[in-house]
Amino acid sequence: MSELKPKLTANHLIFEDNDPQEELVTLNLGPTHPATHGVFQNVLQIDGERIVSGVSTIGYIHRAFEKIAEHRPYYQITPLTDRLNYCSSPINNMGWHMTVEKLLDIEIPKRVQYMRVIIMELARIADHIICNGILGVDTGAFSGFLYVMQEREFIYEIFEEICGARLTTNIGRIGGFERDFNAIAFDKIKAFVKRYPPILREFEELFNRNRIFIDRTSGVAAVDPETALSYSWSGPLLRATGIDYDVRAHEPYSSYEDFDFDIPVGENGDVYDRYMVRNEEMRQSIRIIAQALEKLENEPKGVFHADVPEFYLPPKEMVYNNMEALIYHFKIVMGEIDPPKKEVYHAVEGANGELGFYLISDGGRSPYRLHFRRPSFINYQMYAPMSSGMLLSDAIINMSSLNVIAGELDA
Amino acid sequence: MAKLDHETLLGSLHQQFGDKINKLEGAFGLLTIETSKDTIIEVLRYLKMAPELQFIYLTDITAVHYPTHDLSMAVVYHVHSLVNQTRIRIKVFLDGMKPEIPSATVLWAGANWMERETYDFFGVIFTGHPDLRRILNVDDMDVFPMRKEYPLEDPNRVDKKDFFFGR
Repeated sequence: MSELKPKLTANHLIFEDNDPQEELVTLNLGPTHPATHGVFQNVLQIDGERIVSGVSTIGYIHRAFEKIAEHRPYYQITPLTDRLNYCSSPINNMGWHMTVEKLLDIEIPKRVQYMRVIIMELARIADHIICNGILGVDTGAFSGFLYVMQEREFIYEIFEEICGARLTTNIGRIGGFERDFNAIAFDKIKAFVKRYPPILREFEELFNRNRIFIDRTSGVAAVDPETALSYSWSGPLLRATGIDYDVRAHEPYSSYEDFDFDIPVGENGDVYDRYMVRNEEMRQSIRIIAQALEKLENEPKGVFHADVPEFYLPPKEMVYNNMEALIYHFKIVMGEIDPPKKEVYHAVEGANGELGFYLISDGGRSPYRLHFRRPSFINYQMYAPMSSGMLLSDAIINMSSLNVIAGELDA
Repeated sequence: MAKLDHETLLGSLHQQFGDKINKLEGAFGLLTIETSKDTIIEVLRYLKMAPELQFIYLTDITAVHYPTHDLSMAVVYHVHSLVNQTRIRIKVFLDGMKPEIPSATVLWAGANWMERETYDFFGVIFTGHPDLRRILNVDDMDVFPMRKEYPLEDPNRVDKKDFFFGR
């Protein structure tokens, strides 16, 4: 057993030297304040309405996924990734599958890759809808939220048609999908691609040139690119500062190189730019989905997984009637597959930024070590330092535009 | 700009640091090098500042525990050159009983929470870190839970034993 013991720092006061004479007030923003969009706390020292300093306290829904993952076979880790960024869990699922496929060196058919692209872009839209919708609510405009929230419902219906679940989707398997998209799913995707752009335009008309919205967001929490890079920001937040880093373009995965799309960048890195970048990304996502649907027409029908029987769970009816399928089923479930003793880092462009999976395999049934590079965790650490000097109401807007998802923050 | 190939990158690092860095095998398409805790900050600084490399983006810091190795704690850095679209992985092996390594917060402000997380789960002491406290676990926890000697759940539990498959 280890001799290594941590220094106990239990329950210290964060602001011990708070002198009431100086009229600074300690305010607990969270853990369950409605404006925090999740379970995390900020202890702020405020002078009137201005924040003097702040300390973020996180970990309220830490569930030790990295430890659990060391004891789960590869295919049982997918449900854990669902619960990272639960607003866009398909991206996490696909990222995890692609990491394992990279480790096992599985070649995925083009049709499956395009189907994955559709799913991931739908998830990105769903995530950005929540972020921008809630940003509207926090600035005092409730109706825009209702316009787009209905569209998120349609996206969830598509997910439901594909995999049966809505929020924690557990979509796909290592090697492809568990079943083909059915005709209803394709119809719903096509209908969504058609109906969403006008709705988005309507949503933007409510905000983009709205005097109140611009006053509340423009110039608030502006971040320059150097600071953003130094804090390892990624995703829409980094792009809003003017740096065009997008994993989809830098290191294309799942055949993103076949698609034609733009990477929107902002100029000032303020809340308004982040809002605009997210809106434009939704439009680009629709563009990608439309292209993917077109490309799917030219791919052989009915292919929904790679031909890797030793890693891809066979369908249940095959298991009952076919000996090979039974053997493979048994081998996969009992962890008799032999992954190479190597390590992989695979990154996907999550809705909040670069979502990385660092997987070390020792050849066993479960990972030796799995680390999630969670964009929310890394983006959020700048929140307290950047809040100093800000008005309390601006800090709320800033938090909502960071789009910190508590599940991803705490893992 | 085109990707930096591994030979150029490794050659440039060898020229600067000689045999203080070693190449490690077993990574997919990612150059993995090993260095010591005395040179790690200099290696990171060189990677970040050298005009032809420009690894300006710190992707991640984490650790891995290998209880059977002599140097049982590996701190792993992933650094990314956005200009050259190249990633590199740097490992430093430390004594598992006394893991101490200089903090990378002098180079990247964002290393702060990544190092706090690594400290929280593995007990790696980052010297020079401005605020090395636990981050995700409770303050009064007295173990570093991601180290391999701590089991996921109580191994003496019998209600979950599966006698047929030896789990």
